[in-house]
Amino acid sequence: MALLEVKDLKVRVEEREILHGLTLTVNEGEVHAIMGPNGSGKSTLSHVIAGKPGYEVTDGEILFRGEDLLEMSPDERAAKGVFLAFQYPVEIPGVTTMNFLRTALNAQRKARGESELMVPDFLKKVREVSKSLNIPQDMLKRGVNVGFSGGEKKRNEVLQMALFEPSLCILDEMDSGLDIDALRIAADGVNALRSPGRAMVVITHYQRLLNYIVPDVVHVMSRGRVVKSGGKELALELEASGYAQFEDAA
Amino acid sequence: MNVAVAKTGSGRAVSDLFASAEGRLPGSPDVIAVRREAFETYERLGLPHRRIEEWKYTDLRALVGEVLPLAAAPDATALKRAAEAVKAHAIAGARKLVLVDGVFAAELSDVKALAAEVSFKTLRVTLDKDAGLLKTASTDAVVALNAALATDGVVLSIADGTQLSAPVQIIHVATAASASAVTRSQVRIGKGARATIIESFVAAGAAAYQVNDAVIVSIGDDADVAFVRLMDDAPDAVNITSQFVTVGANAKLNFFNMTSGAAVSRLQGFITLAGESSELSVNGVNLLKKTEHGDTTLVVDHAVPNCVSREIFRAVIDDRAHSVFQGRIIVRPDAQKTDGKMMTRALLLSDEAEADNKPELEIFADDVSCGHGATAGALDESLLFYLKARGLPEKQAQALLIQAFVGEAIEQIADDTLREHVIGIAERWLERRS
Ligand SMILES: Nc1ncnc2c1ncn2[C@@H]1O[C@H](COP(=O)(O)OP(=O)(O)OP(=O)(O)O)[C@@H](O)[C@H]1O
Ligand SMILES: [Mg+2]
Repeated sequence: MALLEVKDLKVRVEEREILHGLTLTVNEGEVHAIMGPNGSGKSTLSHVIAGKPGYEVTDGEILFRGEDLLEMSPDERAAKGVFLAFQYPVEIPGVTTMNFLRTALNAQRKARGESELMVPDFLKKVREVSKSLNIPQDMLKRGVNVGFSGGEKKRNEVLQMALFEPSLCILDEMDSGLDIDALRIAADGVNALRSPGRAMVVITHYQRLLNYIVPDVVHVMSRGRVVKSGGKELALELEASGYAQFEDAA
Repeated sequence: MNVAVAKTGSGRAVSDLFASAEGRLPGSPDVIAVRREAFETYERLGLPHRRIEEWKYTDLRALVGEVLPLAAAPDATALKRAAEAVKAHAIAGARKLVLVDGVFAAELSDVKALAAEVSFKTLRVTLDKDAGLLKTASTDAVVALNAALATDGVVLSIADGTQLSAPVQIIHVATAASASAVTRSQVRIGKGARATIIESFVAAGAAAYQVNDAVIVSIGDDADVAFVRLMDDAPDAVNITSQFVTVGANAKLNFFNMTSGAAVSRLQGFITLAGESSELSVNGVNLLKKTEHGDTTLVVDHAVPNCVSREIFRAVIDDRAHSVFQGRIIVRPDAQKTDGKMMTRALLLSDEAEADNKPELEIFADDVSCGHGATAGALDESLLFYLKARGLPEKQAQALLIQAFVGEAIEQIADDTLREHVIGIAERWLERRS
């Protein structure tokens, strides 16, 4: 059974159809890249998978391990193992990153019927992961993403991914705003999480990220549909020729 | 409604009330005369209503209607119930002074432990000789009613230079249903003294009671004081608290109020900065649900130059509750170099929640820096979604954001134990919500 199956998905935002019948299948262990011009609907797809309100699904379905994802609340999806690293992570003043991480992890565990993680175990885990991502400890004492640089916000998303150990990771433009060193650190963090039981969907505009996180499948999205899929060489092709050919196709 | 109508309405009931209460009211004949005069003032004015400017948003005639008769002095059963409530609401390490249904309860209080550092008397004893405590400059009807009917209270005096080794917690416990508790207290803090004074209002099983409390606080030069009110009365109770605070020179006052109970409540705080170079931090939280009405009215009077005042007020309003914040900053003609700022924010958790905010700056000096800001709105949907996408169920995500919202005011409390206690009250309020 596929981990994620998006079938003929049609989505509207404020009466305007953004996804016009999108189909995508992701199996365990695979890394998929989605590329496509601005406004083609990549973030919309990721938001609908995560359960963000404001999107109306008018047709099609999304199955996660065969279960209807659209029937679940966002927190249920998270507990099932769906994780979206946001293109624009929000700032939450007054909620320390540490408190947030612990509350979120324990909420997910509780929803799965697992016991809460003991504080020392939790701290140990956070320390390990943040160290590998080059995140200083005092950043974790600040409000979630408050005053974080663009790169720090993205690293904080990867930190959460590493901590929550989801089975589906959707990375929406994780590379935007990262300098070359930060990109390598974040990509290493992501690669460390690659495993046979876990799949990743990497949304990006740049082939460069795919040198670090090498995909099994590359999809081209245009105007609300997947218009072409192929191997990693497709990304190189796009880099050379752009999206014009697909705009016509779509 | 005119005065004549008011008299034949709630006025007569109070008349009976005063007559029936007289036997319970402490004080010499002189004191009783002062009370009678205060009572006549109240009778003339009646309960405040919306046409009284200061009470525009809190019409007690509409919200409360009538003043209930005084509660009987607590018997052994009442004291036993009160003891349980005291245990549940006592702040770790604090020295307690307990008033049950408006009467001081020595057996529940830490009078001995307190005696080493603080001079303490009850209002009852004080009034044997002196009616002074029943007099304030206030012309407010509820303050007059308080002077007329106050049955007891605590009179504390902290000598110059005393550094209190533990906070003092005055706990008002209600055990009598459908009755009034009327109390008046005085706290004098000497020059250079350091003290934390907390006033808590809690219920011990009582319902539909009314609290009318007045507190007169004077803070000496160079003193460093935290003054905290925590009102967690029963959901159908009424609590009207009037505080009159005078701050000397070069002093620090950290003032905090949390309203998390009562059907109808008003805290009216009148703080006068009477000595130069003092720093005032005023912070408040209203947590309101159902049809609760919570009013926080604060008047900060900069009477002299060079003082700083900061006010942070947060209201969390659920269901059909109604929160009122009136914040007035007065800068007298002499009070040059005043720095006074006020920021209030209301969080509306339902479409029917209501927030009234009335900031007022009355500035009569020219070289000052004063300002206020106000916002009102719902929880930020994008923040809620972020938390939910990380696994927090709706109510838990809301709770985390609400805690952060009120945290901006609560974190102004310097004492760790006290701050944690206050956070605990907010957490319990949030748990009751979900
Ligand atoms: N809330 C909204 N209201 C109206 N239109 C929206 C909304 N959200 C997205 N859209 C529109 O949907 C289309 C797809 O947007 P989306 O953010 O999914 O694109 P994207 O592929 O992620 O683009 P980018 O590469 O710039 O991140 C755009 O035309 C956008 O304007
Ligand atoms: Mg996007």
